[in-house]
Amino acid sequence: MPDATQTRDSASSTGPLLDIRNLRIEATVYPPDEPPHDITIVEDVSLQLEKGKVLGLIGESGAGKSTIGLSAMAYGRGGVRITGGEVLVNGRDIRQLNPRGLRHLRGREVCYVAQSAAAAFNPAHRLMDQVVEATLKHGLASRAEAEERARELFGKLGLPDPDNIGQRYPHQVSGGQLQRVMTAMALCSEPDLIVFDEPTTALDVTTQIDVLAAIKDAIRDTGVGALYITHDLAVVAQVSDEIMVLRHGKLVEQGETRQIIEQPQEEYTRQLVSVRKIDHEEKSSGGKAILAAKSITAAYGSSTSDVLKEVSLEVRPGETLAVVGESGSGKSTLARVITGLLPPRRGSIEFDGRKLSKGLEGRSRDDLRELQMIYQMADVAMNPRHTVATIIGRPLEFYFGIRGRERDERVAELLDKIEMGEGFADRYPAELSGGQKQRVCIARALAADPKVIICDEVTSALDPLVAHGILDLLLQLQEEKQVSYLFITHDLATVKAIADSIAVMYQGRLVRYGPKSEVLSPPFDDYTQLLLSSVPEMEVGWLEKAISSRRMESAGN
Amino acid sequence: MGGHPVIRLIAQRIALGILLLFAASLLIFLGTEILPGDVASSILGQAATPQALENLRNELGLNEPAYIRYFQWLGGVLTGDLGTALSNRMDIATSLWPRLKNTLFLATCAAIVAVPLAIILGLVAARYKNGLVDRTISGLALSATSLPEFFIGYVLMYFFAVYLGWLPSVSTVHEGMAFGDRLRAIALPATALTLVVLAHMMRMTRAAILNVMQSAYIETAELKGLSGSEIIRRHALPNAIAPIVNVVVLNLAYLVVGVVVIEVIFVYPGMGQYLVDHVARRDVPVVQAVGLIFAAVYIGLNLIADVISILANPRLRHRR
Repeated sequence: MPDATQTRDSASSTGPLLDIRNLRIEATVYPPDEPPHDITIVEDVSLQLEKGKVLGLIGESGAGKSTIGLSAMAYGRGGVRITGGEVLVNGRDIRQLNPRGLRHLRGREVCYVAQSAAAAFNPAHRLMDQVVEATLKHGLASRAEAEERARELFGKLGLPDPDNIGQRYPHQVSGGQLQRVMTAMALCSEPDLIVFDEPTTALDVTTQIDVLAAIKDAIRDTGVGALYITHDLAVVAQVSDEIMVLRHGKLVEQGETRQIIEQPQEEYTRQLVSVRKIDHEEKSSGGKAILAAKSITAAYGSSTSDVLKEVSLEVRPGETLAVVGESGSGKSTLARVITGLLPPRRGSIEFDGRKLSKGLEGRSRDDLRELQMIYQMADVAMNPRHTVATIIGRPLEFYFGIRGRERDERVAELLDKIEMGEGFADRYPAELSGGQKQRVCIARALAADPKVIICDEVTSALDPLVAHGILDLLLQLQEEKQVSYLFITHDLATVKAIADSIAVMYQGRLVRYGPKSEVLSPPFDDYTQLLLSSVPEMEVGWLEKAISSRRMESAGN
Repeated sequence: MGGHPVIRLIAQRIALGILLLFAASLLIFLGTEILPGDVASSILGQAATPQALENLRNELGLNEPAYIRYFQWLGGVLTGDLGTALSNRMDIATSLWPRLKNTLFLATCAAIVAVPLAIILGLVAARYKNGLVDRTISGLALSATSLPEFFIGYVLMYFFAVYLGWLPSVSTVHEGMAFGDRLRAIALPATALTLVVLAHMMRMTRAAILNVMQSAYIETAELKGLSGSEIIRRHALPNAIAPIVNVVVLNLAYLVVGVVVIEVIFVYPGMGQYLVDHVARRDVPVVQAVGLIFAAVYIGLNLIADVISILANPRLRHRR
């Protein structure tokens, strides 16, 4: 009986590891002003996964990827219910299991790696206790054995000091490391299947590449089967054997990874594959700068460590300066200094030929008006109890004193500019999609008739196709209004699409700065090289090439 | 800098507590100062001659400026001398001490029953949220709280002392009483106090646990195959300690300083009765002393809650 040690449950060693047939998932929604009703989240999806294989699930938000992934553990998040079809794990239908049987399945046969490891770890317990918890709970090993295995996995996943990192608490470890610890946690009980739910989405590109490589090696070495969920086709192409494209809870296309990337059959898949391409000609007027930051040094509170060190840069009229860097590099702090929210320790801000006061209270209303800001999280940047018309109309009233009919007309014009009809004027933010919310924020910034708009990661929370639309809109508005953008982002594809000049930041310093064509052509400094080579490309085998050609480690390690 | 941040934080809290206690003593002193009339007139009554009043004032030192009298009082308190009661000319400290012990004994007994019971009931209610068990627990606890203390006291007295005759209706305790007898004597007031404070602690425990249950790490625990009660015990409770401790301490303080009504009903010789007796006689030094002790209990217990909350937070215990 050579197989007896491998299959833990009596049923089947012949069938696929995971066999989902005609899955249907529903949820009850409670929209405002409407009676609650059921909606279908996933409809008629079937998939099979063999032992040791990786299936990528890809699609925009709302495509039902995570919901399908969690159905492999018979888990519905927030009132989501599996209402039809079968989910077979190791040959038995887990929908028929009682709560006891389900507990037996979870953490033992199927494990889960969440998108945000920082939130998924309990802040009150040491990492090691959490990593071995499922193994001990299911009686798969003694504590000493489980901890030994965990340390081995920590080493395999490239964590620093694998022997002692388990003694730390979650807040003592960086995001990229936590994501790896979570992968070790999933592997520790030696499950047959792991559901990876966007495990690298919340990470910087430079960290993502390391985590991705670690996950890929771990899957290969342990022979575990995996569902890999992500919205980033380039990422999933690196780890999957097969890819399944989903949209609105339905299957669009399924096939071998190479086929999906190189010969997509469906129109929607083709759009996903080609989404990263906006051709943006670099402008270089060489005119006088509209906004200039001069040797800015800044720190938070009375802290002695400076978050920004001697940063100087310029934005010219009608052009876009992109500021790139990983989290913690000081990008957003720079925006706070320029807007006056954080007075710098040293240095000055010049705007349109005049020197701006360091603090917010010293700036005139025109200073405020001409320098607007758009944020990453559009939904928290708007008052949920104001209508779109009130939100966009507010700067018109505040800066220009425009009221009544005239205001409504201006709001209608602005809505037209952001390609949203007048019908949206009376809607509330909760009734808009993510992309529409961001458009309203853009309209609100435009309403002030600004000279410079600071865009802080404005497309980072959006699906690729929607982000594409927003970038298009921003470029078009720039053409029309000659407004300048200071565009903060960690995404180099976005930078390539929109920037005229680029500033690369690393640990609070400017490491590279100049016109786009110069910054993006060799010779590179080490950090820029790392940053550029870390952006996943839609190409099978890219990951291995990129890892082998690197010259420095990312700051996340 | 220097020292572990936790030690610095705790030292800070303690310093703040002491400062607060001084502020409270000042307020108590000023409060009794503002009251119309003075001690001399309340001792001698309305019919006293001005000369007699003046003599007594001199004797009691009431003609000194207020701040001098405050520091004299404070100095006395710090050396353990709480002054002399006006009504019976007895040393306050010696008559107060056994009563304080009695009150603390009653409060401790009630707390030993009420706190674990409330937390366990809160955990059970959270585990079976919105189910029959939860609703029964919440319903009973809330109705117990909604009834006034004196009503609960009299119902218990009628049922257990008068009707069943199991327990004494009057909680007389005296020096040298056997521990078992003492417990028997306070069984009824302790039960009444338990019923009064139970619901608040139970509801807050339930709410704190349910709040933590929204966190992503609870989902992680669920997907590890842990059972509902394991999740609550191991993953939710450690993160809900701070809010639970705060409400528990608030109720403990109530057990000490809020027992006036219960003590009067059961004729229990504690601080509450002592205070009521002397307020009625306008015995200002006693009121001041009791007020100061109550303030110290409140501040001390809240200090303990703060320290436990700090110690329960791994972010503070373990630096990055």
